[in-house]
Amino acid sequence: MTRMTAPDISSPRPPSQIARRFKRVASVVLALFATFLGLLLVTFIIGRVVPIDPVLAVIGERASQAQYEAAREALGLDKPMWQQFGIYVWNALQGDLGQSLLTRRPVAEDIARVFPATLELATIATIFGILAGIPAGVLAATRPGSWIDQLVRLIGLMGYSMPVFWLGLMGLLLFYGMLGWVGGPGRLDAVHEMMFELEVRRVTGMILIDTALAGQWEMFRNAVSHIILPAGVLGYYSMAYISRMTRSFMMNELSQEYITTARVKGMPEWRVVWVHALKNVMVPLITVIALSYANLLEGSVLTETVFAWPGLGLYITNALFSADMPAVLGGTVVVGLVFVGLNMFSDVLYRLVDPRAK
Amino acid sequence: MTTLTEWLRDPSPSSRAQARLGQLWLGWLRFRRNPMAMLGATIVVLLLLMAAFAPWVAPYDPITQNLAERLKPPMTGGHLMGTDEFGRDIFSRIVWGSRVTLYIVVLVAVTAPVFGMLIGTVAGYAGGWVDQVLMRITDIFLAFPKLILALALVAVLGPGIENAVLAIALTSWPPYARVARAETLTVRNSDYIAAVQLQGAGPVRIILGHVMPMCLSSVIIRVTLDMAGVILTAAGLGFLGLGAQPPMAEWGMMISSGRKFLFEQWWVATMPGLAIFIVSLGFNLLGDGLRDVLDPRSAGK
Amino acid sequence: MTFEPTFRTAGLALAAALMLGASPTVLAAATPADTLVLADGIDDIVSLDPAEAFEFSGIDLLNNTYDSLIELDPLKPGELIPGLAESWDVSEDGMTFTFKMKSGITFASGNPVRAEDAAWSLQRVVKLDKTPAFILTQFGFTPDNVDDLIKADGDMLTITIDKKFAPSMFYNCMTAVVASIIDKETAMANEVNGDFGYEWLKTNTAGTGAYVLRSYKPQDSYILEARPGYWRGDAKLKRVFMRHVPEGSAQRLLLEKGDIDVARGLTPTDVQGLAGSPDVSVDADMEGYIYYLAANQKVEPLNNPKVLEAIRYLVDYEGMVNTVLKDKMIVQQGFLPRGYLGEVTDTPYALDVEKAKALLAEAGFPNGIEVTMSVRNDPLRMEMAQAIQNTLGQGGIKVTLKPGAGAEVLGDYRARNHELTLQSWGPDYPDPHTNASTFAWNPNNSDDAKLTGVLAWRTAWDAGEMTAMVDAAVVERDSEKRRVMYEDIQKLHRDTSAFVTMFQEIGLTARRNNVANLHTGGTTDQVTYWYVTK
Repeated sequence: MTRMTAPDISSPRPPSQIARRFKRVASVVLALFATFLGLLLVTFIIGRVVPIDPVLAVIGERASQAQYEAAREALGLDKPMWQQFGIYVWNALQGDLGQSLLTRRPVAEDIARVFPATLELATIATIFGILAGIPAGVLAATRPGSWIDQLVRLIGLMGYSMPVFWLGLMGLLLFYGMLGWVGGPGRLDAVHEMMFELEVRRVTGMILIDTALAGQWEMFRNAVSHIILPAGVLGYYSMAYISRMTRSFMMNELSQEYITTARVKGMPEWRVVWVHALKNVMVPLITVIALSYANLLEGSVLTETVFAWPGLGLYITNALFSADMPAVLGGTVVVGLVFVGLNMFSDVLYRLVDPRAK
Repeated sequence: MTTLTEWLRDPSPSSRAQARLGQLWLGWLRFRRNPMAMLGATIVVLLLLMAAFAPWVAPYDPITQNLAERLKPPMTGGHLMGTDEFGRDIFSRIVWGSRVTLYIVVLVAVTAPVFGMLIGTVAGYAGGWVDQVLMRITDIFLAFPKLILALALVAVLGPGIENAVLAIALTSWPPYARVARAETLTVRNSDYIAAVQLQGAGPVRIILGHVMPMCLSSVIIRVTLDMAGVILTAAGLGFLGLGAQPPMAEWGMMISSGRKFLFEQWWVATMPGLAIFIVSLGFNLLGDGLRDVLDPRSAGK
Repeated sequence: MTFEPTFRTAGLALAAALMLGASPTVLAAATPADTLVLADGIDDIVSLDPAEAFEFSGIDLLNNTYDSLIELDPLKPGELIPGLAESWDVSEDGMTFTFKMKSGITFASGNPVRAEDAAWSLQRVVKLDKTPAFILTQFGFTPDNVDDLIKADGDMLTITIDKKFAPSMFYNCMTAVVASIIDKETAMANEVNGDFGYEWLKTNTAGTGAYVLRSYKPQDSYILEARPGYWRGDAKLKRVFMRHVPEGSAQRLLLEKGDIDVARGLTPTDVQGLAGSPDVSVDADMEGYIYYLAANQKVEPLNNPKVLEAIRYLVDYEGMVNTVLKDKMIVQQGFLPRGYLGEVTDTPYALDVEKAKALLAEAGFPNGIEVTMSVRNDPLRMEMAQAIQNTLGQGGIKVTLKPGAGAEVLGDYRARNHELTLQSWGPDYPDPHTNASTFAWNPNNSDDAKLTGVLAWRTAWDAGEMTAMVDAAVVERDSEKRRVMYEDIQKLHRDTSAFVTMFQEIGLTARRNNVANLHTGGTTDQVTYWYVTK
């Protein structure tokens, strides 16, 4: 931390191992807390500067001025700014993100309800991204410059070049509208959705898991047919990223001396590549996967809009269009926290692995 | 011509300029050998030409409505890509829309990287609490889902193309700050910086004169690669109705208006999406090629 | 398509990952025989408390879970039939109404319906004073006097109003959802902090209706379940499942695939696309919504009558209803929807660019003018706004669109900050006064009056003599005279106001052919599910 100044030699004794570790943990916690406060501050400011009057979202078209004033007071908007921010932070620390103007329920409760849908989608998409991305990246790295390498690269670049909402629409047009291979928008067909509501106990909120636990296999199959397309679309982006990074890590790894040594010793090439080299790039790859996972949370905003997927992304967009700022900001804070968490995780991992960054 | 190439290739250049031009020439030769990069460059050049000559390329006015001709399929009645719900020629709107796209790209490209680089180099060079604070701020901005932050900002500023640009610029500087900081960290303990320090140069001069130039190449590559992302974000804002406003022809907004007709009049949403795809791919291929040329260290990363 | 190979990998990898084995073919699931499955945009629901609900979807739901004293006949739009009241009467002076309650009717909880429940339900509307409360409070009730003015005595309910309104006006207001009768005992058992059960009723029902709310997920779905022993006879279908599907195109596909029985949010394009489908029929029904332009009279030169007239000639009414609004709207240039007492059906204004240019020149703007037009950013309105922008432009009025979220555009309008704005208005109760009192009535045009619920005030237009004409019409007891009075007000309004009324909406309900007897309520916008068979 104090690289520019001379070491403090007046210090009587060097900090013990435990104290150093404690200090490191404390600094991470502190950093996390500072980021959290910053998130809250930025969202708060945005929420207050927006030219959309939250009161009108509550009372609608016909309300009289007296009803307007009453609603304004009920929302606490008549208090001074700093006081409102204080209340906002205090409540957020206790897990209270305010009340949604649209659903009239606590935002935290709403998010708990919609988040599993996003988590399910992002997880399936990431699984797909890993399954397709890592082999593709490894293959490309073992034959740099070959047509496989070019193809992997091109497919990856195409992923970076397509608007996710457009790809989703085209997927719907082709696989749902024309071919009828997959389920349409939403997580289930309407009928299954109703039966799910009436008959399946909500354990995780993730339909695939809950229906499986309840032994409702027809519902499960229906859910699969609905998740394949949005997860495929999101997974494509995840794959593009993972394959690119895998290729670059592997290229780096394969040029190391121990690989040459292994080859010289006569180890089969597949073993060199898929076991030795791959094992060593796993840690940085995990950081990449964590980042891609975080990115999917963001990608879900537009994807969920296109697929009417009732997750956090759709919740935030809907809220935004109804000027439901508590919901928008609550959602943003939650996504932000997940994002920060995953980022820090990858950062710490990276620091541990790459001595140059120390 | 031959003498010129020979001069450029001279292994022992007699001036700094000759050396630099020689490097550029070698880079160009490397670049030219990469067919995908050339494809990208071609696409970008075509985009530039299309935007510049829009009035001559487009067969119809992009804005004037002709309700009698609405939703005509491609290749009918002189409409290469069909017409939209107001009977406007989609091809003409795509051609004019290239201007909007370029406008956004250029404005973002000249604002966000400069700001990001400033933050990153200062943080990296100063270290200590300055680094902590600046990077914490960067993290806060990075912590936001970019699109959501842009959405919220547009909600504050009001929809419109200038505000969309501002929102995108405000959300896209943090990665530049990180890249610049990382570059700064690798060079700040190097001998030549120490040498400059010993000569008595102040931190401002060191950062502007000696650290920033070292970050420039990676930032430029990053900018080219990010252009596709900027196009996509702008299209996303347009898709949600928060970017450019009607009757302006903006590709993302065109997709969104075609969404209602997706299953019947598929071309309304498909065509502008293809345009976005091709142009973004062009920038990506170009950026990729440039990276190989300018920055062999990180080739393929 | 170029990305297809990747997609195939995607599908395969996922299928493998999920141990599916089989290809992910869609299982065609027909809807159950005892359930009506509908799709519509239901994210407008803010509250299910009858004292607060004021949006389309909420009103639909409540119409099937509650009853009021007097009701509109779902089979004959516009006609009044008894609800929970057996009979009613009005005193000689026209100020006191008495209702005799039917006996033997129970709430879903099993509690009997009493006059006391009725009195309490109406009193709580006034005391809670939520947005729709004005439908009752316009008769002179305040939280302080309502206990004296609305009284229960045995099986009789007495209501005293403060002015001699046309009785039909009062009866019409009593059919509104805000006047629904709530189960007092159940609601009060869930009361918190003296809120009359408001918190609880936001997401629960306690009425006499054919259905009971079984589950409600905001912005997602609701399930209604038929209750046994409904006083009109049990509902034919056991369940109603409403799914939130905002896009018309998605609804259309669901309907064609048999995934839903009824789609209620189709666009004209979707309906045209359904034309060839053998399993689906589309019912078109006039709705009460009026689409109009409002010109802020505080803004130069929109306060120039010539400019306003020019705008009237620069909307391509016919062109729009034949293209972008085909099957979705009709031209309506009076502020009352067709089907209302006093409707005006002739449409004297049509697109006439030359005439409009001449009018602008006369007004002193031969080179045209520039204005902004605010509009809610939903697809239909954006399309309308662009078509209007185009024809106004032809006449020399350069329009810059200012789209925004509903609350944002509304906020601007209420604060009198708009220039030109594209808006719509739906009647609150089936009486002409509902629209007359907002389009053509403005007793105080000053900023301080803050009559934000009145459209004429919002657009800063002094209604002049029309205010008095509206006041006279609402107390006229002779229906025929009353009709003529509204006709006169509308014609004057059409030619001289700061509004350009343009269209009336048509409700498009597409259903599978086996669904019958779904009544959508026409211009009163109250759907009934309990007669539906399939």
